[in-house]
Amino acid sequence: MNKRVTEEKIFKLLMILSIAIVLGSLMIIVGTIFMNGAFSVSIEMITQTSSGGYYLGRGGGILNAILGSLFLALPATGLAYIIGLGIALYLQRDFLHQKIASLIRFSLDILWGIPSIIYGVFCLMIMVALGIGASLLAGIVALTLLEIPIITRSIDESIKMVPKGLKEGSYSLGSTAFETATKVVRKQALPGIIAGVLLGLGRGIGDAASILFTAGFSDSVPSSLMDSTAALPTMIYHLYSSPIPAVREKAYAAAFILIVIVTIISILSRGLTRRYRKYVIK
Amino acid sequence: MNATAPIQIETKKLNVRYSDNHILKNININIPSKKITAIIGPSGCGKTTLLKSFNRLLDLRENVRITGKILVDGIDILNPKLFVPDIRKKMGLLSQRPYPLPMSIYENVAYGLRIHNKYTKSNLDETVENNLKEAGIWREVKDRLHDPASELSVGQQQRLCVARAIAIQPEILLCDEPTSALDPIAAKQIEKLLMKLKKEYTVVLVTHTLRQAKRIADHVIFLYFGKVIEQGSAKEFFSNPKDPETQAYLKGDIS
Repeated sequence: MNKRVTEEKIFKLLMILSIAIVLGSLMIIVGTIFMNGAFSVSIEMITQTSSGGYYLGRGGGILNAILGSLFLALPATGLAYIIGLGIALYLQRDFLHQKIASLIRFSLDILWGIPSIIYGVFCLMIMVALGIGASLLAGIVALTLLEIPIITRSIDESIKMVPKGLKEGSYSLGSTAFETATKVVRKQALPGIIAGVLLGLGRGIGDAASILFTAGFSDSVPSSLMDSTAALPTMIYHLYSSPIPAVREKAYAAAFILIVIVTIISILSRGLTRRYRKYVIK
Repeated sequence: MNATAPIQIETKKLNVRYSDNHILKNININIPSKKITAIIGPSGCGKTTLLKSFNRLLDLRENVRITGKILVDGIDILNPKLFVPDIRKKMGLLSQRPYPLPMSIYENVAYGLRIHNKYTKSNLDETVENNLKEAGIWREVKDRLHDPASELSVGQQQRLCVARAIAIQPEILLCDEPTSALDPIAAKQIEKLLMKLKKEYTVVLVTHTLRQAKRIADHVIFLYFGKVIEQGSAKEFFSNPKDPETQAYLKGDIS
């Protein structure tokens, strides 16, 4: 048989195999969590906080962790977005010499690769030095630092795709570089920006290591920035460490809830992306 | 050239270099006010670079060196003390393929008015409408002003770009082969529009189609390898070219 035909067939097979591995493991993960967790989710679980006996198999719920996760990840993502958008816009040729910009990009890529536990320990050290203990605030700071490189680089890449002609069009109307960046470039890059923010949020809401030391753990919903708080990833960690099988089952339920939250956010952002993509100039 | 027409743009010993490439060599030209001046020449001869030097768009490129003078209404726009957006505000730009802003049709026209505060709440709608009418696109878009501009056809997008450019009341329209991405009918519409607009604006038209220059230009500048070979009134230029290179270009011997 023709060598080129064989080559083509082998590559097709490899591609199908790779997709099968990815989709297969996704199905196994979601399937396992669903089978083990979906049926133990009760109203009680999502409307009550965990009382003392919760980890011993008694009543209560994980509302404190659900809210804790949202209180941690949403402000962190918001902060990381504001900082990341600023950096990403500034990295463009219009403001910064490209040699300096590529140095900053390189630093961000290194930060992206740093394990989240390091961010956690780093923030813990700072908090200790400042005399603040494990708290919602410390957790938010750690997650923000964790998300900044992810969000910045994603926004940066989508801004780089903005056509030169569009910028020239904006400048020729007498826009300043700032107006061009915030009113034109940002709108053109919006679908990419939303995707980047979602990527950051997904990382933030699911990360356990960075908040393990910084946010601490608590059985009640935090009432101030200085309170320590539970979150879904740390809740899963604690529940699954239990020797009692019934409690371990609740870890699956918590994981299921986490997946549902992430999926809802994902669907919402897809809707938003579709809405703004209409305006993008191709 | 027509000695009576006032000069809007004048360059004196203008030289532009990208890194080591000497793109424009010693350009001395006059562009008359409220006429269509065509800049013609084969591709790669520096037409677009010359056009973009007029509104300082070359600033966006790295490693550009510009020497000489570009006088717009007698003011040297290369003066580093000038606020560049003010220079650009005086000149609308039409590019090779239209780039409307990533917003609604209405906002495309309103954008310039908003950033330059050239509007009041009560007359914004009216101003937008008038400029869309002036650009000959109002009838096609009046029922979908708030739809994305990206949904318009390329020809409509180019006319929308005219509307957004004239909305901020420039004096000059810089057109960089504005019909090259358009179908013949849309191209005709743009040409007609430029003929109409030259009553109020100085039009500088970069084009690589000689026929287009013949049809609508009043004044012609012929660039070849970064040098001005010949410039003068279109009538003179096409009927009685003096330079042998111009003659060769007009005959189609060089391109």
